Amino acid sequence: MTGVPLNIDWQQILLHLFNFTILFGALYILLYKPVKDFMAKREAHYAEMDKKAEQALAEAESGRAAYEKKAEEFEAEAREEKNKMTKEVEAERERRLSQAKDEAEKIVADAKAEAEREKSEIISSAQKEISGMVTGAVEKLALEQSASDAFDQFLDAAEEADHE
Amino acid sequence: MTKQERKKASLIFLIIALVFMVGAILADKSSAGEEETIQEVMRDAVLHDMNKVSLFGLMDVNPGLIAGIIVSGFLIIFALICRIFFIPKFTMVPGKFQLVLETVVGLFDNMARGSSKINGFLGAYIFAAGSYIFTGTLFELFGFQVITTSGLSVSLPAPLSDINGAIMMGCLSYLVIMSGGIAGNGIKGIGKTLKEYSLPISLSFRLFGALLSGALVTELVYYYSALSYVLPVLVGVLFTLLHALIQAYVLTMLTSLFYGQVSDNTPKPPKEKRDKLSKQAKDPVGPAGKRTSVVRKHRPA
Repeated sequence: MTGVPLNIDWQQILLHLFNFTILFGALYILLYKPVKDFMAKREAHYAEMDKKAEQALAEAESGRAAYEKKAEEFEAEAREEKNKMTKEVEAERERRLSQAKDEAEKIVADAKAEAEREKSEIISSAQKEISGMVTGAVEKLALEQSASDAFDQFLDAAEEADHE
Repeated sequence: MTKQERKKASLIFLIIALVFMVGAILADKSSAGEEETIQEVMRDAVLHDMNKVSLFGLMDVNPGLIAGIIVSGFLIIFALICRIFFIPKFTMVPGKFQLVLETVVGLFDNMARGSSKINGFLGAYIFAAGSYIFTGTLFELFGFQVITTSGLSVSLPAPLSDINGAIMMGCLSYLVIMSGGIAGNGIKGIGKTLKEYSLPISLSFRLFGALLSGALVTELVYYYSALSYVLPVLVGVLFTLLHALIQAYVLTMLTSLFYGQVSDNTPKPPKEKRDKLSKQAKDPVGPAGKRTSVVRKHRPA
């Protein structure tokens, strides 16, 4: 091997290669693969955990959404019921108000009618009295006294009537 | 321990160190002569033509091969211990040692994943190569002694400071890259890999040069006993640690980079688009006239 520079020895290169090949195989089987497998296993384990957590989160989210939907529905229902009740109360109030108004109007009308009636009665009775008094006075004047006496008598009679 | 006791202990430690130093220098002077000159040591570190070690009595080999076998044996035993005692006890929340193992495996695995879609074999290869280079380079720190065929005692070097080991690693990396090319592009992948014909030489000699330089500096420092105090802490330990890290990273990174290139089977963009892209890459600002107008616009009066 004197011709080869740096004393390169092909046999020793092959021996080095043989040595390294054994080392490579041993390290791969004993160390690299088991550690890598374990790391992959752990990665899968955590991925699984992550997946489960995501699933649980999704379930919780969907539960929450369902709850929120139900709550909204309930709220809408309650709102509707409230509106309905409000409308009913309003209608009842309107009805009662109109009833009361009608009653009040009737009372007022009745009272007015009564007052009119009383008024007309009073007026008619006053007219009757006045006409009676006038008739009496005229009769007296015409029959018994002069016009001035008759007038005085008329005034006296009027004053009396007024005092009554 | 009180302050006074600490001072006393430090003084005793210093005296012991001085005694060792004086003893070493005296012993060095007392030795009648060097068995090997520094020139011979250096020459042998480069050429491996003098000190051979018997491989189980079958043949004489370079000390680097013996170092490689010992490093491999150590790594295999370590892996075996891990496989039997630690890996079955791995937990979902890792402990310190588990974390170290996972980080190392994950580092190479991620490097392979980042380089190529076909990365199963590449990850395993760069893990083995990285571990071998790193451990092998650190191995020279221990200075294990072997007896050569000529009866001398030499310390075992890093396996890859042997040119044969470095050539093996470089060529094997090239073959792995080629296998990636075949897996990704079939026969075309071989052509793609052969374009990088200088790669096995550059990979081999990069490793050899880097580790040899480390070995030479270490040999030089340890050869003279006067330099054997304090300095080896920097030269020996720190440089070797840096070498181990850098060389392991460089080879694995280059291998995965070229593997990714040759195994990439995404179709090239059409020629017009490519020209446009290359023009853009060459002149990101735009035509010269436009550029000057922009410059003029912003030039202060």
